[in-house]
Amino acid sequence: MLLLENTLSLTKKPFILGFVTFTVICLLWEVLLVFYEVSEKTFPGPVLVFDSFWKLITDGSLLKHIVASLYRVTVGFYLAAMLGIPLGIALGRFFVARDMLEPDIQFLRPISPLAWIPLAMLWFGIGDQPAIFLIFLSCFFPLVVATTIAVRSINQVYFQVADNFNFGRTDVLFKIIVPAIIPDLVTALRLTVSIAWLVVVAAEMIAVQSGLGFLILDSRNALRMDYVMVGMVVIGIIGLLLDHIVQLLGKSKVSQWNKVST
Amino acid sequence: MGHIKIDNLTKEYAERRVLPRNDTDSEYKGGKLVVLDSIDLEFKDGEFVCIIGPSGCGKSSLLRIIAGFDKPTSGKVSINGTEVVKPRTDSVYVFQQDGLLPWMTVWQNMELGLIHINDKEEKVKRIKEYIDIVELTGFEYSYPSELSGGMKRRAELARALVINPDMLLMDEPFTGLDFLTHMKMREEVVNMHEYIGKSMVMITHFIDDALIMADRVVVLSERPTRVQMVRELEGRARNIETDPVLHELKDEIYLMMGVSYVV
Repeated sequence: MLLLENTLSLTKKPFILGFVTFTVICLLWEVLLVFYEVSEKTFPGPVLVFDSFWKLITDGSLLKHIVASLYRVTVGFYLAAMLGIPLGIALGRFFVARDMLEPDIQFLRPISPLAWIPLAMLWFGIGDQPAIFLIFLSCFFPLVVATTIAVRSINQVYFQVADNFNFGRTDVLFKIIVPAIIPDLVTALRLTVSIAWLVVVAAEMIAVQSGLGFLILDSRNALRMDYVMVGMVVIGIIGLLLDHIVQLLGKSKVSQWNKVST
Repeated sequence: MGHIKIDNLTKEYAERRVLPRNDTDSEYKGGKLVVLDSIDLEFKDGEFVCIIGPSGCGKSSLLRIIAGFDKPTSGKVSINGTEVVKPRTDSVYVFQQDGLLPWMTVWQNMELGLIHINDKEEKVKRIKEYIDIVELTGFEYSYPSELSGGMKRRAELARALVINPDMLLMDEPFTGLDFLTHMKMREEVVNMHEYIGKSMVMITHFIDDALIMADRVVVLSERPTRVQMVRELEGRARNIETDPVLHELKDEIYLMMGVSYVV
């Protein structure tokens, strides 16, 4: 109990400290702008940004853009996880699959998803699909590689236990492999969800008429830097939230088995 | 039933080191590292066998072959007359450490061996019984990382015993325990053997363990590994310090292992 209380008080403090720093930065931002008489048109201050933020919320357009972006990220990310994790498990378990596919994966992996934009637009046209495809690509390869490594680093003793107790394939998969890789997988998912969030903004600057990326591009064309900054701030906040959601996934006891100490 | 017969068993591993061509060291035959060389052994049903030998001699390899995890290069192991070709539920291996699945509670770990039993009440009854035998009552829902070293070993023993196997194969089960826990576990395992009457084969590098616990002590040589000594011992509650026969045997084994000066 004492340990729990200590941990709580320790985790509370960084939150407060972080908030204080954030407020100070905002104040500094505003003060410097006033002091140097920078035009609000080129570098809007926090007050103006907040004001525009409120405007976009009340007219409903911000919510529309957020939903559009989140939809694309969610679909692309889920597709990548649903295909990438099983493939990663197969590559980690079966030498034949690994020898057949790994060179191709390592070849495709370093190609930036943005390099796929021309092809994506040609194949899928304009709309949600090319953006989803790009997010899928950006998440798929890192997930495959991370899962493969996680599966390969499972302690061989666990498979021998399974052999000894005469497990079938399904039992090996769900009682050994899946729980064993969950801690590594949560880390991988955290990393990929932030990659997905980076890529969606880039993708929305090209092929679509909605989303936070589009909001930024459109506002730039209208020379509304305050809206550009609203877009940036919202992207930051949602990125933070996404990371927290995936982190919550990793908080359950099942995925924390490697962290519980004696 | 747990009668084990080991027939002319040899195990070679591919040697990864680059050897000079004219190397005629008998340890390497044609670039192979010979670990077990023509081992012949026979253990009676219900016997407590301890295998000792110098580090790297292939004690674990031998046990793994008995368990069916590894295949011998030649020769064979038979249990109750049937050749061992793959791991089987009637000979359960107790690992040096980390044998418990860390993402499962003690209870869930115990259920692993009973995966093919559908009768739920029977399952619960048996798990409770064996948790009680190893004195882990109250820790059923603890994770392995929340248990002490000795408790982990006891949990693993319980998990092995709950499926009612013919024999237990223990690979240095006392490694990493503190001295007192080691002493206690030694006693507990011997008691369990007397109580349950299963065949047990235990690898150890503690000569005292072997002399105090075993019905049959097997001493292996250095590589290429041969059987150096097989000795049957009788009676329990042995005291090495006061029993001149055991004392002499201990010195003899130390000598075999290349330790000539025992303090």
